[in-house]
Amino acid sequence: MNIQSNSYTYIYSTIIVLIVATGLAIVATALKPAQDKNVEIEKKQNILTSLRVTSEPANAEELYDRYITDSYTLNSMGEKVSGVDPFTINLRAELKKSPSKRNLPAFEAKMGDSTFVVIPVYGKGLWGPIWGYVAFYKEENVPEGQSRFNTIYGVMFDHKGETPGLGAEINQPFFMNPFQGKKIFSEQGEFVSVHVVKGGADPSSPYQVDAISGGTITSKGLEAMLDSSLVTYQSFFKSNN
Amino acid sequence: MKNLHLLLNPLNDENPITVQVLGICSALAVTVQMKPAIVMALSVTVVTAFSNLIISMGRNTIPPRIRIIIQLVVVAFLVIVVDQVLKAYVYDVSKKLSVFVGLIITNCILMGRLEAFAMSNKPFESFLDGIGNGAGYGLILIALGTIRELFGSGSLMGYQIIPQAFYESGYQDNGMMILPPMALITVGIIIWIQRGYNRKLVDKS
Repeated sequence: MNIQSNSYTYIYSTIIVLIVATGLAIVATALKPAQDKNVEIEKKQNILTSLRVTSEPANAEELYDRYITDSYTLNSMGEKVSGVDPFTINLRAELKKSPSKRNLPAFEAKMGDSTFVVIPVYGKGLWGPIWGYVAFYKEENVPEGQSRFNTIYGVMFDHKGETPGLGAEINQPFFMNPFQGKKIFSEQGEFVSVHVVKGGADPSSPYQVDAISGGTITSKGLEAMLDSSLVTYQSFFKSNN
Repeated sequence: MKNLHLLLNPLNDENPITVQVLGICSALAVTVQMKPAIVMALSVTVVTAFSNLIISMGRNTIPPRIRIIIQLVVVAFLVIVVDQVLKAYVYDVSKKLSVFVGLIITNCILMGRLEAFAMSNKPFESFLDGIGNGAGYGLILIALGTIRELFGSGSLMGYQIIPQAFYESGYQDNGMMILPPMALITVGIIIWIQRGYNRKLVDKS
């Protein structure tokens, strides 16, 4: 056989590509369940981190089942929607919809006597997506018009590819810890969110944290992310059920 | 004897990194800690060994005009398989290695060995050559990972090695060690040491 001929070259390359494509399809299908499991465990770990619970991949599921007592999907009126699994909601797709049509996931946790709710947030950094989870204390007996969820218990942020040493620092404790104890509603009950302030936040203000020097666009993106992701939960935060 | 030579030569006399100076980019990028360095070394070894084997088995049938493309297809196939396996079983390491697993495809060691060795040698020899070169690459990677993690973070494989008492008495981790430039300098020092005892590698002129 002449391995220099055109027809041989075409047939050879066609067969090789078919074999490789079949092989890859089989491998991808076979490993998909294990990969999905890893993504799920990572998400559970992230939710636990926002509740200030440290977890390992090995014990994440057990801790998650222990602390997360309920999870539900809400609409922008703060009513629970049935039939949508809150754990698998794609926030990126939801944020593209108009606010009234969004499905909003929320995770309820109990630790000791306190109840918390964890809200996932999603936004844009400088180079790519940034996301995170914000855990709020549930306050009992709040006056009419005030929010039951106001004070941040803990946060967890992460990013796909922010600049190392600058924007990428949003997933470091020195940046995340100051969010603890900050508030998102003013004393009059208006939604104000937490502002990431460049050049030094006022330490006495419950609505400000320090931005990262050199990571201005990521910091601004994070501020916008908190605002746009949390604002649609207002009705839920203020409702009494 | 010849086979043993194929396996051991790349560890020293023909080391891909320190002698042939191939695959430097990934050696700088994934050696901040030991664990990703070990996983990367294993991944490259698997890919070089099996791509050498496959190409060598088909060396007499591969149409010469598209041989580089066929080599790339085989390498890309193996790299994707390795990437998928890492994602499924060592997720945390796969996140640290991120794009560098995909970039094994462009690792010069691979194409170099395929063109220079597998295209003209029998499958078993090619397989050994692949393992040898992967191991030679891995050896340097792990050495770098050890040095950088020990002095940069005071730990090995994530376990604290330098006792807390050192830090309390004023010892500090070397921040330079976790940055890529220091990896290049460390590679330079390794090359220097290697040539210090292996005179064969030193140019006569």
